[in-house]
Amino acid sequence: MKYLLMMNAKFGTGEWDIFKWRPEEIKAHVAYWNSLNAELRDAGELVAIEALTGPAEAKLVRAGKDGLPVTDGVFPETKEFLAGYWIVDVDSAERAYAIAAKASLAPGPGGKPMILPIEVRQVMQSPARDV
Amino acid sequence: MTRATAEEVGHLLRELGPQVLGVLARRHADFASAEDAVQEALVAAATQWPSAGLPNNPRGWLFQVATRRLVDHTRSEVARRRRETTASELSHAERVDGDVAVAPDGDVAPEQDDTLVLLFMCCHPALTPASAIALTLRAVSGLSTAEIASAFLVPEATLAQRISRAKQTIAASATPFALPNAGERAARLRLVLHALYLTFSEGYTTSSGQSLQRTDLSSEAIRLTRTLQQLLPEDPEVGGLLALMLLTDARRAARTGEQGELIPLDEQDRSRWDPALIAEGVALVSKALSSGSIGPYQLQAAIAAVHDEAPNAAATDWPQILILYNLLRRMSDNPMVALNHAIAAAMVRGPQAGLDLLALLDTDPRIAAHYRLDAVRAHLWQMAGDTERAIQHYRAAAERTPSLPERDYLITKAAQLASERDSSPRG
Repeated sequence: MKYLLMMNAKFGTGEWDIFKWRPEEIKAHVAYWNSLNAELRDAGELVAIEALTGPAEAKLVRAGKDGLPVTDGVFPETKEFLAGYWIVDVDSAERAYAIAAKASLAPGPGGKPMILPIEVRQVMQSPARDV
Repeated sequence: MTRATAEEVGHLLRELGPQVLGVLARRHADFASAEDAVQEALVAAATQWPSAGLPNNPRGWLFQVATRRLVDHTRSEVARRRRETTASELSHAERVDGDVAVAPDGDVAPEQDDTLVLLFMCCHPALTPASAIALTLRAVSGLSTAEIASAFLVPEATLAQRISRAKQTIAASATPFALPNAGERAARLRLVLHALYLTFSEGYTTSSGQSLQRTDLSSEAIRLTRTLQQLLPEDPEVGGLLALMLLTDARRAARTGEQGELIPLDEQDRSRWDPALIAEGVALVSKALSSGSIGPYQLQAAIAAVHDEAPNAAATDWPQILILYNLLRRMSDNPMVALNHAIAAAMVRGPQAGLDLLALLDTDPRIAAHYRLDAVRAHLWQMAGDTERAIQHYRAAAERTPSLPERDYLITKAAQLASERDSSPRG
């Protein structure tokens, strides 16, 4: 079963929260992700992983009357933004939750677990062949 | 018949595939069909040789099988058009080629020029660089679609489609499969060098600890450029590009830390640089520069050589680098060159000289909003002792960079400066 794990980060007043951290806190935070990702890769559970660029250039796009893109944004007052996601292939929903919990524990300021909210959604399967 | 392991067969096929493709495509003047046919022959060989043993003439075997597939495809295509395709013809086209009468080796002797023709063909002006690179890696390097997909971190089906579209584009462009004429040759060679340079950069900027299982694009780009340099030993820009790759790759082990974090040039442990690659690169660029026809790759290689030959960062011959960037700027309107030129000016004449040059780039739409401009500006403000401005620009760069290791490097720089500022006595 495949699950999408989405990590949201605080954007707050227009500065990334991580910009206020000390260098050693940033280092421990990055090392934690590297170790978690290596674990998922080694377990054969990692399908995809992407980190996204910051929201500074984020736009909402809709088609205009002529079908050409009409962009909206940037949104400096956004409180949270999608920072990145994992897609994991696991045996059970419980395993996906366990991975999400581990991600949630990433260390933040003072080395304390951040208890990040991780949204977990099951990925739809391809339709069966004979319906 | 000679016994061979699957791995030995794999190595042999990688070497022979492009040779057979070169000959077949030259004879049949249909690159796309020839490529498909050679791929099928390679699959047949990879399936059969490890168990049945190597044929006496592996290249001849591949050539025969690929030719037959090509003929089969043409025949079935003609048949399809006539709406006369029968089941028997289809099964004929798909039968397994067990034993094949092999022509004398001389019949399919590879011509050196075939590799050159393939490179020129794959780096076709009608293709985007991404497509040209994918096709080059498949047709000239002999990498599998899966290997190329892993190198670019895209799904295999996507990459297969990219290659397929590239072949259709070439087929539709109506350019015959041949070396470009003398007038087009120089322009086409520039496209080949650009594709090889991009391939190298793609591998180099992503070669961090986390990505070890990816196909090594930098090594592949070096291998191809080395082949090209052997074919065109008198071309100074080909030598310059190979030198640039070697002199850059020489620092590979020192440029990332244990966690894949970026280590900037002036903080690298120079004892981890590869002296053999540096020596080879320096010799190549010296020979190229002495030819008298100076080009951008030679100048970039010369700059890399100045860095590589400095025993430590403080001993770097910045005045020499500044001269080389001045020459490079006259040849190239690339704003990235202008950025590096500003750094060199700052190292020779002080940070304000560099900042003045950066101010000129604020009106250049190609780079005004680029994170690299902020990153360099941050560096120069830091040199000038203006911590607040440095932090501000490091953060602005961190917000925009699409590279995760670079993002981490930039926020760490900002955090270090902020931490020093907060702990030092004010006044």
